[in-house]
Amino acid sequence: MTQAVVAAPRRSGLGGLWRYLLVRFLLIIPTVFILVTLVFFLMRTTGDPITAALGDRLTPDQLQQRIHEAGYDRPLLLQYLEYLGQIFTGNFGTTITDGRPITEILASYGSATLELAFYALVVAFVVGIPLGMLAGYLRDRWPDAVLRVFAILAYATPVFFAGLLLKLVFAVWLHVLPVSGRGSTRTEIDLSRVDSPTGVYLIDAIRTGNASAVGDVLAHAVLPGLALGLLTAGIFLRLVRTNVIGTLGREYVDAGRSRGVSEFRLLTRHAFRPALIPIVTVIGLQVAMLLGGAVLTETTFEWKGLGFELAYYLSKRDFVAVQGIVALLAVIVAVTNFIVDLVAAAIDPRVRY
Amino acid sequence: MPEVRTGRASLWRRLPVVRELRQSVGLQRGMLVTGLVITGFFVLVALLAPLIAPYGYSQLRDENGLFGAQQPPGGAHLLGTTVGGYDVLSRVIWGAQTALLAIVVAIVLSVFLGVLLGLVSGYLGGWLDRVLVVIADAVYAFPSLLLAIVAAIVISGGQSGQWQGILAAAISITVVFIPQYFRVVRAEVSRVKSEAFVESARVIGTSAPRIMLRHVLRNSTRTLPLILTLNSSEAILTLAGLGFLGFGIEPTGAAEWGYDLNRSVADVSSGIWWTSIFPGLAIVLIVLGVTLVGESLNDLADPRLRTRRRAAPAPAETIAEAAE
Repeated sequence: MTQAVVAAPRRSGLGGLWRYLLVRFLLIIPTVFILVTLVFFLMRTTGDPITAALGDRLTPDQLQQRIHEAGYDRPLLLQYLEYLGQIFTGNFGTTITDGRPITEILASYGSATLELAFYALVVAFVVGIPLGMLAGYLRDRWPDAVLRVFAILAYATPVFFAGLLLKLVFAVWLHVLPVSGRGSTRTEIDLSRVDSPTGVYLIDAIRTGNASAVGDVLAHAVLPGLALGLLTAGIFLRLVRTNVIGTLGREYVDAGRSRGVSEFRLLTRHAFRPALIPIVTVIGLQVAMLLGGAVLTETTFEWKGLGFELAYYLSKRDFVAVQGIVALLAVIVAVTNFIVDLVAAAIDPRVRY
Repeated sequence: MPEVRTGRASLWRRLPVVRELRQSVGLQRGMLVTGLVITGFFVLVALLAPLIAPYGYSQLRDENGLFGAQQPPGGAHLLGTTVGGYDVLSRVIWGAQTALLAIVVAIVLSVFLGVLLGLVSGYLGGWLDRVLVVIADAVYAFPSLLLAIVAAIVISGGQSGQWQGILAAAISITVVFIPQYFRVVRAEVSRVKSEAFVESARVIGTSAPRIMLRHVLRNSTRTLPLILTLNSSEAILTLAGLGFLGFGIEPTGAAEWGYDLNRSVADVSSGIWWTSIFPGLAIVLIVLGVTLVGESLNDLADPRLRTRRRAAPAPAETIAEAAE
């Protein structure tokens, strides 16, 4: 992977861990830079964003004027350098259709996506890890077969179809959970009265101290959380299964068994602990997948987060907004990957070479 | 798939999937066979779509007049009609064709470009290699759907007809997949190129392109069938995802399951289930089939996971030693 890029001899003054972390941190910059550059030039090959967004609503003269005002008639390289400069100072642009700064969209909708991703990860951990251990332990017996088919089904079901199915069964037919949104109108009003809201509804609802608001927020979270989380749960299940099979065959497990360690403890401690390391590394890639899945889940459930906004601006053909949100997500992905590397290095010393 | 054509056993037995089929036992064989059957069924439906589908994918009326929107299953429309007034069964069947075409185009393009880049980058090394690796890593780490959206905007400006749409979707998927093939092939190539036989070829004055194609590439493709199957399933999901976000193919251009699911979101809230369940199940079934094949190939390729015909018991002395 990327660590091969920097292969200088280790210096005595700087510990291996710190050096490793510094290198990983510095790698955020080229990653973001490449993605931003790629997206910028790709998007601009389709022409200028003003024509794309407003082409059918303005006269050619008005269009020309708008293009000129926004500077889209200047050389592309100049625009690119200016764009890079803006990104560097944290300015991701302003939407064409309704003139909102992209950073403001992040501020008001980012927390919703974060909350959704959190619920999904909880589902993935709670469902994926124990079932993966079970499948690995009962390898090639019928529970393993059932669990593996479940894992593949979880992967094979597109998140939006899983969402639609869950909605149909639990919201429309059984009427036990709400159809869409992040909270009922009443809860939304309650939450808007909280001073300095975090935007994460669960936290805000707990701060109101209103039990029914907390319940309502959680009820709204169940279906989107499941839809997005089951996908990741399937991946975790497969990963834990493979790794537990690997570690269960090790000698120290046999040694433990001969000492009379219980099978449960053998599985959850001896075999699972070392299997955790590859899982942590994979979570890094899952973050990217969760964000992609969040776009689809949010659209399915009208969950007003970054993905919902992205889909909205896509439908409006506002490509400045799309480019801004995508660039912003690139930064988020790069930073989370760095954090994941950090955690992996803290758990496993072998990673930090 | 490139296969070495000289050797002992017959070519048929050494073809990627056939070899694994013969190697597998028990549950693993069951999974592989199930996967192959589902995949075969899907390909058959896709090829025979003009014959089996009761109506065209964009047909709105027959001799008895308009089909009508959101008709429940039964009668002339076995699976009902959509909000747009299309026959659900026909759209599901025709959708298989669209999916197959998109997968084939996407896989062919990404294998070709990914393998080529990986080969050149891994063999030549140097600054080109470093730059390509950093770019591939950056692209690989990014949410593939978002990348596909950007690519779809670039290629079709977001709206598209039949072939244009399939091509746009396929190319969008390709952009996402190239880094994967690139990484795998590059890693293999940098391993293989230091082998003695490559050195020997160089010593006797073989040209670099010839070494790359004949000596290195042939020995660097063993993991490709596996990624290929996994990517086929990912391709279907990406195509459907694009369609669901409104970047798919217009209903008059071709049948596409993601688009149909997008249109059915509102139906679900009012209890109309047949417009979403059937295209959704079609996606699930096909991804399931292809993934089963891929998973089985993966397990059979990994000695830790392969079920042996006869289990070898652990040597008794190692247990005794470790128990000290």
